[in-house]
Amino acid sequence: MSCAQTIQEYALRAIGIGERLLPRSDITVCDQFVLIGSGMIWNLYFGLCALALGFFLAVGLAVARNAANPLLRKPAEWFIFLFRGSPLFIQFFLAYEAFVLLPRAGIPLNLGFTEITVATSWLTKAWAGALIVLLLNTAAYSAEIFFGALRAVPKGDIEAAEAYGMSPATTFRRVIWPTMLRLAWPAYTNEAIFLFHATTLVYFSGFPAWRQEGDALYYANYFADKTFNPFVAYPIVAGYFVLLTLTLIGLFSLINRRLNRHLPKESRRRVRYRPQLIR
Amino acid sequence: MKKLLLGAAALTLTAGLGWAESHSVTRMGTEGAYPPYNFINDAGEVDGFERELGDELCKRAELNCEWVTNEWDSIIPNLVSANYDTIIAGMSITEERDEVIDFTQAYFPPDPSAYVAVSSDVDVMGGVVAAQTGTIQASHVASSGATLVEFATPDETIAAVKNGEADAVLADKAFLDPIVAESGGALSFVGDDVMLGSGIGVGLRESDTELKGKLDAAITSMKEDGTLNAMIAKWFDGMDAGY
Amino acid sequence: MFAHCTDPSTLSGLSWLACYLTNGKHLAFYASFGTVMLLLLVTAPAALGFGFVGATAARSRIPPLRWFGQIYTAMVRGVPEIIFFLFVPIAMDQGFEWLRHQVKCPDWTEPVRQGNDFLVCAAAKLPLSNSPQWVHEAYNFGLAVLAFAIVYGAFAANVLSGAMKAVPKAQLETAHAYGMSDRQTFWRVTVPQMWIYALPGLSNLWMILIKATPLLFLLGVEDIVYWARELGGSKTSIYAYPHPDWRLYYFLGLLVFYLLLTRVSEVVLARLTRRLSHGQATMAGEAQRKAAV
Repeated sequence: MSCAQTIQEYALRAIGIGERLLPRSDITVCDQFVLIGSGMIWNLYFGLCALALGFFLAVGLAVARNAANPLLRKPAEWFIFLFRGSPLFIQFFLAYEAFVLLPRAGIPLNLGFTEITVATSWLTKAWAGALIVLLLNTAAYSAEIFFGALRAVPKGDIEAAEAYGMSPATTFRRVIWPTMLRLAWPAYTNEAIFLFHATTLVYFSGFPAWRQEGDALYYANYFADKTFNPFVAYPIVAGYFVLLTLTLIGLFSLINRRLNRHLPKESRRRVRYRPQLIR
Repeated sequence: MKKLLLGAAALTLTAGLGWAESHSVTRMGTEGAYPPYNFINDAGEVDGFERELGDELCKRAELNCEWVTNEWDSIIPNLVSANYDTIIAGMSITEERDEVIDFTQAYFPPDPSAYVAVSSDVDVMGGVVAAQTGTIQASHVASSGATLVEFATPDETIAAVKNGEADAVLADKAFLDPIVAESGGALSFVGDDVMLGSGIGVGLRESDTELKGKLDAAITSMKEDGTLNAMIAKWFDGMDAGY
Repeated sequence: MFAHCTDPSTLSGLSWLACYLTNGKHLAFYASFGTVMLLLLVTAPAALGFGFVGATAARSRIPPLRWFGQIYTAMVRGVPEIIFFLFVPIAMDQGFEWLRHQVKCPDWTEPVRQGNDFLVCAAAKLPLSNSPQWVHEAYNFGLAVLAFAIVYGAFAANVLSGAMKAVPKAQLETAHAYGMSDRQTFWRVTVPQMWIYALPGLSNLWMILIKATPLLFLLGVEDIVYWARELGGSKTSIYAYPHPDWRLYYFLGLLVFYLLLTRVSEVVLARLTRRLSHGQATMAGEAQRKAAV
């Protein structure tokens, strides 16, 4: 089988398009490249969705954690401690075990005037269940980063905004928010990269693979098992992830440049990839 | 010159000794999660049909055996890299596996695999069927047209059917029998049984011909004097193996 | 454990539970918490050692050494650590055996790789296949520790090389002005002072390490995740203590264990930071000095 044919049959295998059966014998390096690459679709999906949705939750949590009112602050603190204080691996296991306990037929919700049934079965699927765990997890880590940045917003900036007669909402929108984002961005970049790395855990924890549709590491593990040779499949995933990481650093640096564009060149904060405030 | 040759001869001798010595302990690899074939009992030891069988085989072949457990999905790679010497884990003899490792003759007859589901009107050819990763049942489901959901342990496949994650599970009938019997009517067999594989044998490295010969002889002697039949009847609810 | 536990089928309620929770399997489960703590205690200094070597190599004047150090520190940036955990132990196991094979059996003529088999002579096997089970387990655990130390050593190297750069330039220049050589400056000025700059990063690394311990399960070590899954799964009456699927409770137990471990670590590390800041030319040290006056 030529490599072009393999690409045709397996390039979208991870999302269920193409050849149904995975290659079993005479596995070529091309097979491994294509199928593992196809698995990267899921890593990208989990990473991008969790990052996009988690960002807003994280900002909300950071603001709540900074609030004077303990009714807002305490739940945010507990949420952050729960997700930062325990291993993601255990969170996946636990979430899956909890989701399968939900009634299969759905939960009837009485809204007073009408009764609706909330479907729950999709929660046990990785695309939804694992995404929720990843989303909550990254929100907790990012919230800690944003909270730190929030505390680092210069006092003078806020006083100046007050002196201009800005309302608290306007002050947040025009002064605190942009400064917080600018200060948090280098650390947030690290968090994003680690989130993408964490997506490889999904199919190694509680969540089962359906129709043999899994992420890059799922297929790498499949090939390592079939060929009894870990020296090809795992370096291929590693290579894909190096590419992904470089792309992410590039994208986040572009945004960072935009966030810092008003500052004189020498006082801009560069995105330095340092695993410091991470999981 | 003479001295040098002698040195080389001594070296081969010790190497030969090392070989013999290394086989003074035969490490038996099993999964420990597939009752009644093999499981970890409440004292934390390997127990089950294959434990008793393996101990008897070792006695007959005059081997000094030791039991180790290994996760199912890496059980063949670890045999190949010599972390243990045999796989005795309810592993069916298939052509695919035979290309990679060697098998003794079967010590358990070809056992049908069966589907188990919560309700009897499940479409096992088109529905969602759970199976353990890397088993003959998983490959069968993948090629049957049903949607395959894979789990790492047999226990998780059953849990998936009970909680509705999957419509049915495909596994060895002997493994499913006690589970269905004890479910209090919650689980039942559905569809037709499928015959997969050609019996269960002891898995060995292809280079380990000496051990294979010994174990084959031990299995033959157990078949001849009827102890194997009795042992299978004891663990599998009076089943007649017909050896 | 208890005398009345000999026939569990006659028990019910609390006495059943007491017997259940003290059977051999559960004792092994409790012991595996010790395995996890042992891994943490052994890996932390080992990773620090690897990290120190890596960070020092990355600043070396000798190009190949410097490249090695830089690649090592960079490797965890791009690749998820779980890939290393799946790959490193197998690679190292085969690597060690191959090396021993070359040394111990030089007159071996057959190829090491025969098809799918990786075959070395019996004397080169690691551990020797006739060694008792605990040696095999210890060897597996050793491989796991080494894999953890290599991967988290790369994280530590990142932190330490940052800390080395953070030591104020003026101090190094002063050391040179006193006539110290590069080596003396490094050992007498940079190394003693870098720890306070490294501490935030190293504290984080400790937290990361705690949360990475469930991955031991993937390395084939019978750790707490392995036992939680094994014990929690539903049991038929072939077992002495049949029960339905209880995995959720076991995993909740693990969650509580990890939350406690991180909480205790946080408190201890905060104290350590306060102690180490004492007398340092940093903001925290300055604040302590002012408070004492």
